[in-house]
Amino acid sequence: MSAAGPAWSVGEKIEGRRLPPITRLQLIKYAGASGDYNPIHLVDEDAKRAGLPGVIAHGMLTAAMLASPFSPYLEHGYIREMRVRFSKPVYVGDELHIGGRVSGAEVLQTGNLYTFEVRAERGEETVASGTVGFLVYRAENDRG
Amino acid sequence: MMVERWHRLVGKRSEAVENLVEKGAVRKFAEAIGDANPLYLDEEVAKRSRYGRLLAPPTFPRTFDYGRIENLGSPDIGLLHGEHRIRYERPLFVGEEIRCYTRVTDYREKQGRGGLLVFLITERVGEDTEGRRIFTMEDVAILTPEIRGVVER
Repeated sequence: MSAAGPAWSVGEKIEGRRLPPITRLQLIKYAGASGDYNPIHLVDEDAKRAGLPGVIAHGMLTAAMLASPFSPYLEHGYIREMRVRFSKPVYVGDELHIGGRVSGAEVLQTGNLYTFEVRAERGEETVASGTVGFLVYRAENDRG
Repeated sequence: MMVERWHRLVGKRSEAVENLVEKGAVRKFAEAIGDANPLYLDEEVAKRSRYGRLLAPPTFPRTFDYGRIENLGSPDIGLLHGEHRIRYERPLFVGEEIRCYTRVTDYREKQGRGGLLVFLITERVGEDTEGRRIFTMEDVAILTPEIRGVVER
């Protein structure tokens, strides 16, 4: 049904995404949807008891943001591997920028595996970084 | 110092737990992460896609029940998330029954400015009902002295 899948070249930048500020409601929604009710994401007093200035975003919410630039290509492939290092806490009000570049391309039996270096930044500061391995299926008639 | 409490967990495994990749749970999760991909949400679009069915977002396996590891305590009390890895053997579909379990694979410690930092590394696995692996996650949890103070109390 669809056109050929995406192809990237090593070194190429992916289209970055500037996200709206993290809100408390977003963290509450993510807690409900994920089942992660760790109070350091929801209750300021508990965050302070854990040595933080206030509630912080769930690491896996930031991981979901790092995966989001690949969502539009899901018809042609999928994230086979993702590695994320959470280097700085993300607070309510933080405006994150998600960006990345292609660091590798490999031909496999199942398709083309592209490796991306991805990062989430708050201003000049990196809050999370890692790699995403996105597998583009070999051919459109080689279904599923 | 009660760091031994954590060190002793290495090698411990949970009993496998059956989980269903529920359509409503995926919808709620997609909304929470702000990704309205029709392949997660729209059955008609999914049917016409190469998959023929709805998919779950790549970070969705966070939501499953992996069973309890004895003496780990409540894993939701104040752990800081240091690192996350996931590796898929194939995409995860809505409506699938999967078996999940978790294992503590490693323990490390490091002297930080505010005291001893404890790192617990866990693996979480999802398999199909025939025992074929779908995904493997590896997570590093950081226990700061403040957090250990709360949990060990």
